Amino acid sequence: MSAPNGTMNLTLQVWRQAGPDAPGGLKEYPAAGISPDMSFLEMLDVVNEGLIERGELPIAFDHDCREGICGSCGMMINGVAHGPMKGTATCQLHMRSFKDGDTVVIEPWRARAFPVIRDLVVNRSAFDRVIAAGGYISVNTGSPQDANNIPVAKDAADAAMDAAACIGCGACVAACPNGSASLFTGAKISHLGLLPQGQPERYRRALSMVAQMDLEDFGYCTWYGECQEACPKEISIDVISRMNRDFLVASMREPEASDPGSGEG
Amino acid sequence: MTLELNSRVPAGPLPDKWDRHRFEMKLVNPANKRKHTIIVVGSGLAGAAAAASFSELGYNVRCYCYQDSPRRAHSIAAQGGINAAKNYQNDGDSVRRLFYDTIKGGDFRSREANTWRLAQISVNIIDQCVAQGVPFAREYGGLLANRSFGGAQVSRTFYARGQTGQQLLLGAYQALEKEIAKGGVKMYPRAEMLDLIVVNGRARGIVVRDELTGTVEPHFADTVVLCSGGYSNVFYLSTNAKGCNATAIWRAYKRGAAFANPCYTQIHPTCIPVAGEYQSKLTLMSESLRNDGRVWVPKRREDVGKKPNEIPEQDRDYYLERKYPSFGNLSPRDIASRAAKEACDDGRGVGPGGRGVYLDFADAIKRLGVEKIRERYGNLFEMYERITDENPYQVPMRIYPAPHYTMGGLWVDYNLMSNIPGLHVGGEANFSDHGANRLGASALMQGLSDGYFILPATVSDYLGANKLEPVSADAPEVKQAVADVAERTRKLLSIQGTRTVASFHRELGHIMWEYCGMARSADGLKKALELIPKLRDEFWRDVRIPGAGMELNQTLEHAGRVADFLELGELMCRDALHREESCGGHFRVEHQTAEGEALRDDEHFAYVAAWQYGGPNAPPVLNKEPLEFESVKLSTRSYK
Repeated sequence: MSAPNGTMNLTLQVWRQAGPDAPGGLKEYPAAGISPDMSFLEMLDVVNEGLIERGELPIAFDHDCREGICGSCGMMINGVAHGPMKGTATCQLHMRSFKDGDTVVIEPWRARAFPVIRDLVVNRSAFDRVIAAGGYISVNTGSPQDANNIPVAKDAADAAMDAAACIGCGACVAACPNGSASLFTGAKISHLGLLPQGQPERYRRALSMVAQMDLEDFGYCTWYGECQEACPKEISIDVISRMNRDFLVASMREPEASDPGSGEG
Repeated sequence: MTLELNSRVPAGPLPDKWDRHRFEMKLVNPANKRKHTIIVVGSGLAGAAAAASFSELGYNVRCYCYQDSPRRAHSIAAQGGINAAKNYQNDGDSVRRLFYDTIKGGDFRSREANTWRLAQISVNIIDQCVAQGVPFAREYGGLLANRSFGGAQVSRTFYARGQTGQQLLLGAYQALEKEIAKGGVKMYPRAEMLDLIVVNGRARGIVVRDELTGTVEPHFADTVVLCSGGYSNVFYLSTNAKGCNATAIWRAYKRGAAFANPCYTQIHPTCIPVAGEYQSKLTLMSESLRNDGRVWVPKRREDVGKKPNEIPEQDRDYYLERKYPSFGNLSPRDIASRAAKEACDDGRGVGPGGRGVYLDFADAIKRLGVEKIRERYGNLFEMYERITDENPYQVPMRIYPAPHYTMGGLWVDYNLMSNIPGLHVGGEANFSDHGANRLGASALMQGLSDGYFILPATVSDYLGANKLEPVSADAPEVKQAVADVAERTRKLLSIQGTRTVASFHRELGHIMWEYCGMARSADGLKKALELIPKLRDEFWRDVRIPGAGMELNQTLEHAGRVADFLELGELMCRDALHREESCGGHFRVEHQTAEGEALRDDEHFAYVAAWQYGGPNAPPVLNKEPLEFESVKLSTRSYK
């Protein structure tokens, strides 16, 4: 049966899992009368309203801003993190990327460090702990010097901004065959390490964030490069090189000298 | 029974008030700080900044957010920038000018002393954020770049591409994580405040539902700070995140906190228009686009169906430039929104349903080149194209106003404390600084000003000045609050009716947009005041919530928030009906000038309307805090 006036009918296969320890599996749902102008999450809203009206449990998924910046949403769509459109988070993916009659398989992020909570909802708190391990500049609220007393070359500021654009969605981890968080961690290490304000803690930061990443069950980076393909902010794998360089320099220093206070290693 | 609303504005000349007050406030000695616990609800700019700063001072902090991580609070979505009176551009800016622009932009309905303080602190915020590593845009010389925003004739807006909110929030979030690692802050993600605990007249804790397990527990502290954001989602379709809600402030209102100016809502002029009934939210296109984009509609109704490039220059109405020549496309938000509505009401709107106007970059691209425009707005253009499938480098954007921000909120005094002692409110959740209309790039400024600088000082004053006994979990007020939450959850789950939560939310949104949106009339508001209680009754009779209470249940979470919106919406209409004047975002059709501009009534309405909960079957009580202006002269707001 074809769909009326420009809308489409799809078949969804959605991962349903009642809880962290419950077994899960793919379940089939029809998604009928879907407009190509709907976002992917709006399509799921329509399916969920139908489920609720029939007294069934709606599909649980994380989402919030729906404009691609909060990083809440994220799912494997036909095996691809955030689906077929490059540089796009799930909430900004629109149904015009699909066609009438398609089958769409929807699964949660698959990574040891992101255990499933329910359906498509996973626990990404490991990311917060990686940041807590050193993803900051240690300045307390107070009276720092005037902002323009620290000139920052425009290209350094732009490169820092490129890295800082990370939304912490976890697509890089989900896309990586090793489940590595190197793009995420490298992005923060690069953002702060590229700025003069970030120099005093640059090497200490690289050591502690990488150590925390290892503690969290993330895998190692072996340069597949899937992370940068999946990243909705198109963060470059260069940030991983930068992380590795800072980490290497930091590891080769004497322990007391690993926090040198300034400059390149 | 009315309230005594003491604004506690310090004496002395306006520019000296905050400094003098800071000296007069009580301090808590460093060794005693760790004996105090502070609860912070919300982890946006105000909440994360406050929680981190409290912990740096030595207090024990507990911070709560409904998202899975504090980094996701909706401040993250702010695009354009943050104002500060740095005068780096040498274009005549000053604290007084930022203050004046803000007071005037708010249509003379904000408290002078608070607004001055905001302008004064703005400069410290930029210093703080740069020190944290926020990657603001720079000039080639390495110094900070600025751009212009609505309602100002100077360039005082600092920005990080179109992701300023994200970068500022990540700065605050990183400071928060630093303090979490040190043990000063205990973070509770996926946790929702469902009630306020008031013991012996003081705010002493909150009732929290763990969203993963459904467990409901009381959490205690010496003071509670709500930084839980605004309530634009009462309109269902807004630029807010789907989870944004009024539950924390509404629960506090029902425990006695006054709700100030609930009808002051901001409808942002530049959002992507609604595409269909399934639409779940609206997406903002930053006001910064109006630096280079020109807003227009066809002059003639018969041209609305034509492609924009088929309409010659002389047949286009650049209505903002025509009506407001000195501010042009950078007229304040309330004015630009209303002008768009007028053009569409006149049958000259473009796109589906005639609800859209063009935002055209052709001239700017001709003048500056595509590359310059891409550098300034690239990510916004991409976002627009992803949503609409149209390329704004080639065809003008179509935009339409959408609910974006709420200037109203819980009433607070100069110390950002509500009328319930010990309950502090920061950021969009309070009412204090923006009057009846907020200028662009001022929300980030206010959130961080409250969070980094004001609350750490004033909350210390409260803790230093008051002796607080420990609260027992067995206190009757505590048991009552927990029991009330449990009963409400039980009731919601027991209805098992036929309609979804979303369908009620959408219907409420339609009512609010129709009757309490960009233009309001007595008849319309009266109609809304009949429709909302009916809808609310139907909700409590017929809503259907699958699943159980003791598990992750997103429908139940949404239901609780919609239940509160169904009450708050009524209060907004009541406030809008009582305010027989037009000011800022509150436009009453009965009160306008011959040219259709807002007509204030300073003689009768130069006050803050602070509504007090009257009980389950009684109307709310109106309290008034008169607004006194020492430093500015009340004038008719003109951007001509």
